[in-house]
Amino acid sequence: MIDAIDFQLIAAVQAGLPIAARPYAAIAAQLALSEREVIDRLLSLKAQGLIKRWGVVVKHRQLGYRANAMIVMDIPDERVAALGRQISQLSFVNLCYQRPRQGETWPYNLYCMIHGKSRERVMQQWAALQQSCGLTGVAFEVLFSRRCFKQRGALYRQAGQPQLEASHG
Amino acid sequence: MDDTDKLIINQLQKGFPICESPYRQVAEHIGIAEDELLNRLQTLLDDGVLSRFGPMYHAEQMGGALTLAALKVPEERFDEVAEIVNGFQEVAHNYARNHTLNMWFVLATERPEQVESVIEQIERQAGLTVYNMPKIREYYVGLQLEA
Repeated sequence: MIDAIDFQLIAAVQAGLPIAARPYAAIAAQLALSEREVIDRLLSLKAQGLIKRWGVVVKHRQLGYRANAMIVMDIPDERVAALGRQISQLSFVNLCYQRPRQGETWPYNLYCMIHGKSRERVMQQWAALQQSCGLTGVAFEVLFSRRCFKQRGALYRQAGQPQLEASHG
Repeated sequence: MDDTDKLIINQLQKGFPICESPYRQVAEHIGIAEDELLNRLQTLLDDGVLSRFGPMYHAEQMGGALTLAALKVPEERFDEVAEIVNGFQEVAHNYARNHTLNMWFVLATERPEQVESVIEQIERQAGLTVYNMPKIREYYVGLQLEA
């Protein structure tokens, strides 16, 4: 379980790790901990799954990924789990989620994101996905993002507001 | 951005070491000096290609909640409604998409019960129905974009 020091540590690293030879020592100095303790606590938070991923966060639009599609599918409930796992194996798929349908307005229950540098490429990848996963005849829609109004990691404040994967655009 | 920068970005998306000299370890792996790595990283951060190093927290395990929600916004009201939605600090992302459900946003709250209250406030202020689509199951959590 996590304690008050873990929460301080989580708050201290949320804005990012210092670009310096001993970054964890710099964090430790801020919190009056030892470097070893910071490292051990972060490893433990990662092992517990509270930290999902520890790495670099890229701004995908800056890397040229401007054709970003959210593809939604209407999949028979009994096929969702197997298909979700299959789709998530494809290297060009960034996320795959099951979400609830919303009646006639929105009959879709499986979502995946493909980030691409061109719409043509994304549509080729989608066609390949449909073929390899046996999705012919499955109702779907491809929603490209038009404008990004807001994109940030939610800031962790006191007790648990998370840093998001910047992946819905 | 040159090939070395691309190598750095691709390598660091796979993860970053948690040890005493993590940058040295990454630099050795890539085959450059630690100083060069630090300089290049600082430039990539300053240029806004990278947003930061660090943790992606697991929202639910941290006691919080995440949801994806959508609105059908009349075209002429788009900017006004975007301003209302973006005004909520719980809104982390907001995108226009090409569909009758044309505005999609992610809510991140500190407590699960806050999701409903933020949605109610957005509905009241915008005068529109919010379609809430919380995650039932996640099949993949990685996000790697080749530089």
